[in-house]
Amino acid sequence: MGGGALIAPHGKGKSHGMSQPVKIDARLIKRLPAIGETKEFQLNIHLKSDAAITVLWGASGAGKTLALHCLGGFTKPDEGRILINDELYFDAATQVNLPPQNRRCGYVFQDHALFPHMTVRENLKFAAASARHSSKLNKHRRMIELLEAFELSDLAGRKPAQLSGGQKQRAALARMLVGDPRLILLDEPTRGLDSRLKQAFYQVLRTTRERSHAPIVLVTHDLEECMQLAEFVCLMEDGHFVQSGARDQVFARPASSEVASALGVYNLLPAKIAALDPSRDTCSLEVAGSEVQGPYLKGRLIGDQGFLCLRQTESRLLPNIGRRERNQIVLRVTGVVPSSQGAKLLLEHGAAATVSEAEYVHLRGEDTVKLDVPPSAVYFLAK
Amino acid sequence: MPAASIEWFPLWLSLRVASLATILILTFGTFVAYFLSHKNFRGKEALDSLITLPLVLPPTVLGYYLLVLVGRNSVFGHLYESAFGQPLVFTWQAAVVAAVLHSAPIYVKGARTVLEGVDYRFEWVAHSLGASEWRTFLRITLPLAWRGLSSLASLCFARSLGDFGITMMVAGNIPGQTQTLSVAIFDAVESGNGQAARMLVLVISVTALVLLWAAARLSRPTARASHTA
Repeated sequence: MGGGALIAPHGKGKSHGMSQPVKIDARLIKRLPAIGETKEFQLNIHLKSDAAITVLWGASGAGKTLALHCLGGFTKPDEGRILINDELYFDAATQVNLPPQNRRCGYVFQDHALFPHMTVRENLKFAAASARHSSKLNKHRRMIELLEAFELSDLAGRKPAQLSGGQKQRAALARMLVGDPRLILLDEPTRGLDSRLKQAFYQVLRTTRERSHAPIVLVTHDLEECMQLAEFVCLMEDGHFVQSGARDQVFARPASSEVASALGVYNLLPAKIAALDPSRDTCSLEVAGSEVQGPYLKGRLIGDQGFLCLRQTESRLLPNIGRRERNQIVLRVTGVVPSSQGAKLLLEHGAAATVSEAEYVHLRGEDTVKLDVPPSAVYFLAK
Repeated sequence: MPAASIEWFPLWLSLRVASLATILILTFGTFVAYFLSHKNFRGKEALDSLITLPLVLPPTVLGYYLLVLVGRNSVFGHLYESAFGQPLVFTWQAAVVAAVLHSAPIYVKGARTVLEGVDYRFEWVAHSLGASEWRTFLRITLPLAWRGLSSLASLCFARSLGDFGITMMVAGNIPGQTQTLSVAIFDAVESGNGQAARMLVLVISVTALVLLWAAARLSRPTARASHTA
């Protein structure tokens, strides 16, 4: 099954030359006027990514899909510029606006939008006949290859209504690849799928990566999916990027406490800077009555208030017995809820931690627990 | 029964007029409806209102407009006469024009709604695959709208059969030439030929009923059809 290593930063067999232009460079401003109940909305982003898979992550209404529509040419931005592999798709200043037909963007909708009156083969044939480049023979060969690669050969005569969710997905991706797109846009491709089908989709996406060098922009509100697939992440909120960067960097260092709480996988414990020592590259934070040491905090002052931001998986929970060691915070347990991975302990300050059954044996019935924080994990976020 | 005394020519003429009118409306009306449903242009709703107008104006007013527009002294009338060697007014072809005016509003109005109802994502996908607008229209939009449009077409045909006022104004009542079914019924009643009137009334009622039934069947959303199609 596809795991975290599914898409390595440097996919096998694909060497991206050093002199290659930036794959995606899009500055987009689009204003939507208020209509009835909906407030006016402004999309204002600068998406610049060289990654094979860029994920736009955000809650619904953040403007992710609108951004995709702008890239695909279905919605005309009010201002900005879209460059894909150095090719100009849109430029408000010089009034360049390639129609979707000339953009070679493979767009896959959430529910696949396979043409319902055509069989799978006819769907792909339509794509082949519509593609404006490459020879007829090439397109035909590509079609046969794709039917094979996506395990659709036996289903080619079926209409979309006779396909399962996973089969539809494969057909939609294959159809999109027939035209050899330069940019692949996927709008919430796994929304509404169960986890088994999601994993199957990640597998299919790997096939897609093997068949196309086009950069992929994927929109999702699923954090797990974002972690699994993204090389480059843009966290969206209310029409703009609150943070963007390489996936690991973004997740290790959320830019603000708002970002961290939106991502929902961090514990934010109120903290105060108690000491700073640049010569020894250390700092000391006062957290819930305990002292926690970590690396030196540049540009901060002693007495600054904020949060200790910990990924829930970065720290260990121990029973509150014996002497309290360094970097151990004692927290009150406010509740326990069962979890698919064991038990989820709810702690004071809105913190939570999931422990395995084996670990829970030692924590059962405890009123307080010790949170063991490795100094390397200490990350301070100002208020 | 002295059925031989009934003149059947009006029925054939009406069927011919209605068929031609329906073909004309389907061809041009679908394009107008496509532009109304898929394009944004200035005066779009004004155009829509203009197209709807014949639905609410009295037939005599429409007939009058037509006479002014295609009469022998009008520009169009001159053009038609020099092209076909005879005037348009008071020929059976004028009855076709009358039927088009009578039925087109219903078709265009309905077709706009039907075409707007086609899921835009199918068209977007087609565009993103590189298909031109024309190709997308022919291969995607039209097949997906087919049921709705053909239901409208049968409605259109049925309505074209029944025009009286406009036809009287521009095609007149020339037996054996421009006398359509509805005009013939009027004529039969006027001249006291009750049997002919009853027969023709029955024929047109049954034809219209069958067409409406077909239209209803076509426009019914068939869950089964989408699964087994």
